[in-house]
Amino acid sequence: MWLYEKRLQYPVNIKTPNAKMAQFIMSQYGGPDGEIGASMRYLSQRYAMPYKECKALLTDIGTEELAHMEIVAAIIHQLTRDLTLEEIESSGFGPYYIDHATGIWPQAAGGIPFNACEFQSKGDTITDLFEDMAAEQKARSTYDNILRVVKDPDVCDPIRYLREREIVHFQRFGEAARIVQDHLDSKDFYAFNPAFDPTPAVLPAIDQSGNGQPAVPKAAVNAADGADGGMDCCCGCSAGK
Amino acid sequence: MASGFQFSEQASAKQLMDVIDQASFALDDVLLFLDTHPCDPSALSYYQYVKDLRKYAVDSYASQYGPLTKDQTAPGNYWSWVTEKWPWEGGYQ
Repeated sequence: MWLYEKRLQYPVNIKTPNAKMAQFIMSQYGGPDGEIGASMRYLSQRYAMPYKECKALLTDIGTEELAHMEIVAAIIHQLTRDLTLEEIESSGFGPYYIDHATGIWPQAAGGIPFNACEFQSKGDTITDLFEDMAAEQKARSTYDNILRVVKDPDVCDPIRYLREREIVHFQRFGEAARIVQDHLDSKDFYAFNPAFDPTPAVLPAIDQSGNGQPAVPKAAVNAADGADGGMDCCCGCSAGK
Repeated sequence: MASGFQFSEQASAKQLMDVIDQASFALDDVLLFLDTHPCDPSALSYYQYVKDLRKYAVDSYASQYGPLTKDQTAPGNYWSWVTEKWPWEGGYQ
């Protein structure tokens, strides 16, 4: 369930319309590395995520991306308010105008419609988190490209905010990947998929003691406790059990 | 108020919204940090601090200038949810 709050996560107050900039920036609404794809990616992936910290992170970043979708849409809306037909024709915004007038529709800067193929939900814990880290960097690159062409400070300001959030999300997903790897077998992170394989029974016992005795792999202990168990907390303390 | 926050009675909608935006951002940011550091003591106490500040600012705003969420609508003879500007329209300039 979500609760709508009647404000933007970061304010947008654009005084001067600019259809050409709107055409560029709409890529971050419905383009290949845009905010719709980001939100759908994380909110879709969380059902297969076995670890409690990462379920929370996918939910909370997926929710924040909904707020970013709204910021990008507000930027496009305000950049296309009060445009004259002459401005629309001379700016190259004409093809979009013919199909949508100044309504908001999810497409890339080049006109390609939003497509779910632009994100993945692979049902594999490591694969999904590395997809997420790459996605945050791709979005950061797109915002950098936008910032090279946008000159209006009213537009740059919220775009810089969104760019910064990509960097923070990348950092958090990196920490999530580290938490996941702490639950897995450090000798072979790919020995089993914790989102699908119920137990790591296929794993050979790994001797971690050095005394020649077969040791129970850490992964087996974790899986036996259920995916959320095994470790009390990612930092090793006993809180949050 | 137990949290000890207090705003001027003349605080404008923009002033209150600035506090709401800043406190909400701090909350959003530390929320993600806590997801991957769930027992960090300073983040845990900071979360509670900005949560209380945000609640105080949101309640002050809603009581003076209108609801931000559907559960802040006040009883009356007109549905105030439809009267205020929507966030994508800009404002507070």
